[in-house]
Amino acid sequence: MELMMAIAVGILFMIGVYLILSRSLLRIILGTSLLTHAVHLLLLTMARLKKGAPPLLGEQASAYTDPIPAALILTSIVISFGVTSFFFVLAYKSYQKLQTDDMEQLRGDEGE
Amino acid sequence: MNNLLVFPLIIPLLTAVALIFFHNRVMLQRWINAAGALLNVFVAGLIVREVKTEGIQTLHMGGWTPPYGIVFTADMLAALLVLTTTVLSTACLFYAFGSIGKERERHYFHPFFQFLIVGVNGSFLTGDLFNLFVCFEVMLIASYALIVLGGTKRQLRETLKYILINIVSSSFFVAAIAYIYGVAGTLNMAHLSLRIAEAGQGGILNVIAVLFLIVFALKAGLFLFFWLPGSYSAPPTAVKALFGALLTKVGIYAIVRTFSLIFYHQPELTHSLIGWMAVLTMILGGIGSIAYSDINRIINYNVVIGIGFISIGIAAATKQSLDGVVFYLMHDMIAKALLFLLGGMLIKAAGTSDLRQMGGLIKRYPLLGWMFFAVTLALVGIPPLSGFTGKLLIIQGGFAAGQYVWTGVALASSLLVLYSLMRVFMGAFFGEEQLAAAKEPVQMKGMISAAAVLLVLIVVIGIGSEWVYSFVSQAGDVLADPGIYINAVLKE
Repeated sequence: MELMMAIAVGILFMIGVYLILSRSLLRIILGTSLLTHAVHLLLLTMARLKKGAPPLLGEQASAYTDPIPAALILTSIVISFGVTSFFFVLAYKSYQKLQTDDMEQLRGDEGE
Repeated sequence: MNNLLVFPLIIPLLTAVALIFFHNRVMLQRWINAAGALLNVFVAGLIVREVKTEGIQTLHMGGWTPPYGIVFTADMLAALLVLTTTVLSTACLFYAFGSIGKERERHYFHPFFQFLIVGVNGSFLTGDLFNLFVCFEVMLIASYALIVLGGTKRQLRETLKYILINIVSSSFFVAAIAYIYGVAGTLNMAHLSLRIAEAGQGGILNVIAVLFLIVFALKAGLFLFFWLPGSYSAPPTAVKALFGALLTKVGIYAIVRTFSLIFYHQPELTHSLIGWMAVLTMILGGIGSIAYSDINRIINYNVVIGIGFISIGIAAATKQSLDGVVFYLMHDMIAKALLFLLGGMLIKAAGTSDLRQMGGLIKRYPLLGWMFFAVTLALVGIPPLSGFTGKLLIIQGGFAAGQYVWTGVALASSLLVLYSLMRVFMGAFFGEEQLAAAKEPVQMKGMISAAAVLLVLIVVIGIGSEWVYSFVSQAGDVLADPGIYINAVLKE
């Protein structure tokens, strides 16, 4: 199971990096959110995907899944959610003001 | 257990929350913000005194003993950096009162300032790797807002790049945390250090160490500094000074912490990698600092050179060079903040950031000119000022470790610092008075006095090196022997 997840994470990383390297700003933002998906899945996978009850004491199970990565992922998700929404608004604002979403044209001149 | 440790985090946090309610009342905001900042300086001083007399202080959040809960640890390095942060950020704040403009202040400049301090202080004090990530994000998100606040075309453009770089490096940070949690099964730094010492640092742990190095090098601008000169040119001066003094230094602190506490078993791999990255950083930064005639760029590349210089001390990893790292880190934070503030005033006085269009400013702004001269000498490392002792310790440590190439480049980098800043000094303050400078002199009393405080600090640290060294040496002890840190955190 971990192997499958590793491959999935690898593919997500691959697409994410490809999108970030493109010229259009929206594709770049999509790339960053795929990248964060990939690292969240990686966090889940690296804690081993063993069988067990969900980490709720009411389940009365003999074995539970590891609750720590879930907490870490939850934290990381809200952070990346905040950052992504800021990034989107920033992209919108700069499209209004700079009239382009092409990263080639957003280089900036030397000595400005 | 010492509840004092949470105050450098709580005070700016509560101040920031309070400031949000008063965003339309500029004067009230200034009073609240200044009060919060000064209180924080006081608390940071108390922490330094306590660490000095009673050794490393820890605080178990929620009463959970480590490694189960989050632990805050103040060894001397963290305490000194928190004190330096609070002092220089307060100076930047007072500078901002005179320069940032009412419009920005109405749009939450003050809360964002305090949130930035929350993140920086948290990063210095935390003893948990994931909490370090969270504190980094607090700091970074506040910095995104501060860098774009005002919304000029240039700021928007540079913020896009800055955010993109930091999202990517934060993703790598989470990935590195995932790997190390998968291998070691813990996130507490002291506990991690123990587990890695038991398992032996080979194979996969080396890979993780290098991944951490890449993450922190991106944040700190160690070799991977391609984003820094552009991004740090965009925001207003007070924000630039905060960024140049704090953000990159947090990355350096993270490198110091991880590679002295956790991954110290294979210095021939990790530390020599840091050393060569530092050499390239100094060379490329030096080239950049003499290539441009734009003052912002010259100062930004000087930040890069400073980062490289500190990293030489980390890479040499002798007790002496680690002392030097602590000393130089404190000096560099203050001196870089001062350099940015003076650079900002210089640009304001000349009406342009292009060195070729300046000249003869010394007649109208003698104080500014000689302060710039003093900070240049401090950054180069001329004896009575603060840069000397740190440089001496790092270079002695480097030679003692037998790293002649690294240390030689570090020595030569001082010459480039001297040349690049002297070129600004001679070009802007001497020569013929230019047309742009001949207009009405700009009023900057408040700003000059904020900068003067930092200059006094530089002189005091320089002259009182012996006294400062007694603190620094205690910080160096912990860096040279991770056992002290581990004992303080886990065996209480």
